[in-house]
Amino acid sequence: MSDVKKFLYLNRRAPYGTIYALESLEVVLIGAAFEQDVSLAFVDDGVFQLTNGQNTDGIGVKNFSPTFRALGDYDVQKLFVERESLEERGLSEDDLMEIVYEDEDDDWAEKPAIHVISRAEMADVMADADVVLSF
Amino acid sequence: MKIGVLVSEGPYTHQAADSAYKFVTAALAAGHEVPRVFFYHDGVNVATRLSVPPQDERHIQRNWTALAKDHGVDLVVCIAAAQRRGMLDENEATRQGKDANNLAEGFRISGLGQLIEMGIQTDRLVTFGD
Repeated sequence: MSDVKKFLYLNRRAPYGTIYALESLEVVLIGAAFEQDVSLAFVDDGVFQLTNGQNTDGIGVKNFSPTFRALGDYDVQKLFVERESLEERGLSEDDLMEIVYEDEDDDWAEKPAIHVISRAEMADVMADADVVLSF
Repeated sequence: MKIGVLVSEGPYTHQAADSAYKFVTAALAAGHEVPRVFFYHDGVNVATRLSVPPQDERHIQRNWTALAKDHGVDLVVCIAAAQRRGMLDENEATRQGKDANNLAEGFRISGLGQLIEMGIQTDRLVTFGD
């Protein structure tokens, strides 16, 4: 058996209001050093974590959304967002931050890290994972 | 089977730490290995030795401490989550210039890498939380 496992970080909650989203991202950043096959999934209110123009000035909490754009530097290249969760909240892909990574197998071309997929496809992503960490 | 356990909600407020304890006890009794339990989010509060529940209630921290002692389960508390919530061992209390520490026997404070490592090294990772 290969030493590399498929880790899936499942983000289900809004970015603020509870600490789950921030502490999920902290695990992702630390976990990146372990050279596993990492994917992030965003479902339910978790899709709000990736929205553009977050401003936390009024709530006294750090806006950590810029960190998502740095994930490419940590070799985190796959962010799956559930289309139905976006639509149920009146959101579309246009409301999400642009997050890219550099593909080392393609002359370091910048490629989009976000993939908007259906609920059925999201089920496949989850079934395919070896370790699911749910936040 | 080798099973890793993640506890991600606080004691008494939430059933997670109780269910995880019962799960680990049952898994060990069935002959499985549980090398490590990782405490994250408010789950770190399970490790305070200053908890004093009413005498006719279960003592969650003592249950876990006994489990570590009897079965050698490695109880790891996330350092980042712990420091936010005021959970310190002796070394950290000294390093941070605090006048007290509150980590119970049988627990140790370490980094999130221990959670990832547990995911890599076990056959299953079971989460208890919301």
